[in-house]
Amino acid sequence: MSKTEFPPSITSRPVYGELEARSGSGHLMIADAEGAEALLELAKSADKDFWAKAHIIYIPKKTGTKYSSQLEELGAGQYYAGPSYEAAQSRIRRALQDCHMGTQVYLSGTESLMGQAMAEATAAGIPHTAIQTEHRGSTARRMQCVHCKGITEDVTTDPFECSHCGLSLFVRDHYSRRLAAFQGVRVDAEDPGNIPEKVELFK
Amino acid sequence: MSAGTAKLNVTVAEVKPINDLVTRFKFVRTGGGDLPTFSGGAHTVVEMQDGDITRLNAYSLMSNPADRGAYTISVRRDDQGRGGSKFMHSKVKEGMEMVISNPVNLFSLDLRAKKHLMLAGGIGITPFMAQMHQLSMMGGNFELHYSVRTASLGTYAKELAERYPGKVHIYHDDQKEAIDLKTLLANQPLGTHVYVCGPKGMINWVHGTAEEMGWPREAVHSEEFLAPASGKPFEVKCAVSNKIVQVGEHQSLLEALEAAGIDAPYLCRGGACGQCETNVIGYDGKFLHYDHWLTDEQKAGGKHIMPCVSRFEGKTLVLDR
Repeated sequence: MSKTEFPPSITSRPVYGELEARSGSGHLMIADAEGAEALLELAKSADKDFWAKAHIIYIPKKTGTKYSSQLEELGAGQYYAGPSYEAAQSRIRRALQDCHMGTQVYLSGTESLMGQAMAEATAAGIPHTAIQTEHRGSTARRMQCVHCKGITEDVTTDPFECSHCGLSLFVRDHYSRRLAAFQGVRVDAEDPGNIPEKVELFK
Repeated sequence: MSAGTAKLNVTVAEVKPINDLVTRFKFVRTGGGDLPTFSGGAHTVVEMQDGDITRLNAYSLMSNPADRGAYTISVRRDDQGRGGSKFMHSKVKEGMEMVISNPVNLFSLDLRAKKHLMLAGGIGITPFMAQMHQLSMMGGNFELHYSVRTASLGTYAKELAERYPGKVHIYHDDQKEAIDLKTLLANQPLGTHVYVCGPKGMINWVHGTAEEMGWPREAVHSEEFLAPASGKPFEVKCAVSNKIVQVGEHQSLLEALEAAGIDAPYLCRGGACGQCETNVIGYDGKFLHYDHWLTDEQKAGGKHIMPCVSRFEGKTLVLDR
């Protein structure tokens, strides 16, 4: 099962729901890896007309071709599969540029994917509360080092080493919608060198 | 008295009939000086001393928010109304001193919007006039669709079309012209916010159509001031002040509380802002909720009432005032 229950946390930590088919002039769907399962689940309740107006942007990551043929069979008006979020970004921006008010945005998969796509969609003018999300798959985090500002993707342990400056960082739940990243703070700031054992908190 | 409703002493500088139904009033500060600044969409509550009765009506400010020298409002005469607009039309003359509230904005622009789509019906044009002043100074992107009964009753339609060429679209009811809402909403770029001010039917139409077409609720804004409905007189017991207050046929509960010297909070006096929400301690009878504030659940619950527009029918009503 690709679903994860996140424990309650501070207000800044995003919470996710379950995708539901809503009425709209178009449906922009952005998913990565196991996020495909959320779209396939949605397909059970959505009719054919719905998919004709849909545009799926999918980044399979480690799942390879596990879901791609099923996604293609949904009959979306447009279907794109790409190797990475960075590779898909210009397509996401273009898709947002072309759509009109009334377009529904559906995001599913990892927090990194949903957060970055959410930032694009809100910058394009959709209120963040109107964007649907469903978490699936890896709970690895996209972290920003508060010291050097570098972003480290797919963080699974706490603490972890910043991939830019090398400091050992404590993983916080404090989240930035603008950066689509959690905050990492030097773990041995008070007592340099005293770095606790790494614990694998995310998978 | 209410928080946010500090008073301004003003003098009527101009009374100008605009057409058969609408008259414009210009207020300057009595004794000179600047008025407080405001933002497009704000209203002021005008106090009218009509014999023994104090009438308090909210009117949208339509002047340029950057002009602190004067405020202007436009009042549509409502012959079926409770008398506020008739008072403005018949009793208010140039040079008269009046009291108005500080501006309050319950219909402000969402400045995160990339485009502002404004839909006005009749006298609902007034808040948009201030907003258009504001947006044109900021270089904002806006478009007005304004529905009027006839060309002669199209308050400010002609001058707006001249002031903002290409941005103003007028629809005349008598020529069977109507806003093609579906097409209009379908073609708006991402980041558009829609604003509607006009009759209740128009507001519901816009909210309903936008929702059906998948517009986010946060991007649809409306303002409608309700006039308090008349109804059967009733009696209310105020537990805190230990007073029994009679509410007359053409009086709102809020006005009755004020007349009895009870300090009841208010802002819009039109069922929109939520400021006057009052707890009900006990009742035996039926509520007539007319506000836009309480949820349907709250309305059914019998624990809250909005005294500015809502009424009561029955034996006893005890309020936490």
